[in-house]
Amino acid sequence: MNWHAVRAIYLFEMARTKRTLLQSVLAPVITTSLYFVVFGSAIGARIPEIEGVSYGAFIVPGLIMLNLLTQSVSNASFGIFFPKFSRTIYEILSAPVSHFEIVLSYVGAAATKAVILSLIILATATFFVPLRIEHPLWMIAFLLLTAVSFSLLGFILGIWADNFEKLQLVPLLIITPLTFLGGSFYSIDMLPAGWRTVSLFNPVVYLVSGFRWSFYGSADVAVGVSLAMTLLFLAVFVGVATWMLRTGYRLKP
Amino acid sequence: MDPIISISALSKTYASGFSALKTVDLDIRRGEIFALLGPNGAGKTTLISIVCGLVNASAGSVRVDGHDIVRDYRAARALVGLVPQELTTDAFETVWNTVSFTRGLFGKPPDPAYIEQLLKDLSLWAKKDARLMMLSGGMKRRVLIAKALSHEPRILFLDEPTAGVDVELRRDMWQLVRRLRDSGVTVILTTHYIEEAEEMADRIGVIAKGALILVEDKAVLMTKLGGKQLTLQLAAPLAEVPPALARYGLVLGKGGKTLVYRYEVGRGEGGEGGEGSDPAGDGAIAGLLQDLAAAGIMFTDLHTTQRSLEEIFVSLVSEREAPGTDERGNRAGPAGEGAR
Repeated sequence: MNWHAVRAIYLFEMARTKRTLLQSVLAPVITTSLYFVVFGSAIGARIPEIEGVSYGAFIVPGLIMLNLLTQSVSNASFGIFFPKFSRTIYEILSAPVSHFEIVLSYVGAAATKAVILSLIILATATFFVPLRIEHPLWMIAFLLLTAVSFSLLGFILGIWADNFEKLQLVPLLIITPLTFLGGSFYSIDMLPAGWRTVSLFNPVVYLVSGFRWSFYGSADVAVGVSLAMTLLFLAVFVGVATWMLRTGYRLKP
Repeated sequence: MDPIISISALSKTYASGFSALKTVDLDIRRGEIFALLGPNGAGKTTLISIVCGLVNASAGSVRVDGHDIVRDYRAARALVGLVPQELTTDAFETVWNTVSFTRGLFGKPPDPAYIEQLLKDLSLWAKKDARLMMLSGGMKRRVLIAKALSHEPRILFLDEPTAGVDVELRRDMWQLVRRLRDSGVTVILTTHYIEEAEEMADRIGVIAKGALILVEDKAVLMTKLGGKQLTLQLAAPLAEVPPALARYGLVLGKGGKTLVYRYEVGRGEGGEGGEGSDPAGDGAIAGLLQDLAAAGIMFTDLHTTQRSLEEIFVSLVSEREAPGTDERGNRAGPAGEGAR
């Protein structure tokens, strides 16, 4: 292992966050706070409890998941896209680093940022709603697994995208809608039977459901299924990223 | 001594179908300065990019100090530093950070004393905390060199190092390259300036259209390339060069209307060039003109030309394709009036 290289890339990526602290941390925190004010207090007060949890508290896991997914994808995709765009990627490609080390450092940094942000949002949430976490270790496990999986997806997008538009397109057109429709703000049990079946094809449902289970012990789908799906995403994304690096797809002519 | 880089049967065809390298074989000697000379688009950057791991080869193999660049890429790449042609830098990084970053990337533990000396050697010390976007083009070029040297490589690739570089930096760079060579570093540079190759290199490889046309010690190549040629416009076409003039090695142009005589200026012995080079040496022009008159060959005009690098490329390429048929040359000014 070339640990010096992993450390160099990881710290470089983390330093990028520090430079853009306002945009990276403050913006999501403010956005989430607005969600709590609007959905938690203003509207939430008129919505009955869901599975014994107040609506404001119910949406916390979904909101965190929403941020975790978008941040993982955008951090990781930008992290690898930008050196490609500015052509400084030559350095990474010519360095004695393995594919695993490249993924570990870029994805590791993106996942770290996304997890830190999620914890900040979790802390913010405690100011607005009463929270309880029944399975804290599982909560951390789902957080980490999801962050790594979707940072990998971001990494894949960053390699695939050859312009800024494409880089924005996937998060905007796919990730965000799937997250909103994935039970972040409601239980899919509340949906009519037909839509409930459709929802089961939305991968985000499994992520949100498992994560919410770690908070309140109730879930839309069995927690084992959530875990299995999360691991499946991880495996698929690992496979695609490995294939890209091995063939030099859009990196090496 | 075994070569430090051994390239064998290396080919590259891009996805577009463009064949950038055609079965290139090349050995780089340990500790030399090797100049890869060729016009734009000749394949210089592709060749370097493959050795450095930026481009996948279509066929063939490269060994760096005995390590295959694909199977044993870690050992191979750790030995190599690359200064790319384009000024690609992270705008927001500081000089110090970006150079330290590269050192880490190449698997070396931090060594602030070494980086400090490196930045001082490259006149970058005063700018160590400056962000890269604040630097001039020349300074960025220095930063790229510092990055390439940050992990103490044994081999340094400089891709068009002096393109768009001012005189001072060019001089600094040449000094640096010599210092590196003296410390045992092998330097491979690409250029399309013959002066640069002449100034720096121990050996020169000429590449054109993806093929390595020749590899030669500089001294030998300069003799070949440094020649002049005298072109005579004949009054009447000739079917062949008369046997009486055979010793001049004259070449008859198309349609028999021109005669070309190649010679070396101020050289006692003839060059080693191909057909048409001067076997007799200095002062032979007078003899040639006398012999032409004696043979009854009249000419309407004559001019001499110094072959430019571009012409040499063209002629080397066409010599490969059809030996001895190329007679092109820029007119360097009339050397005399018609002799009639």
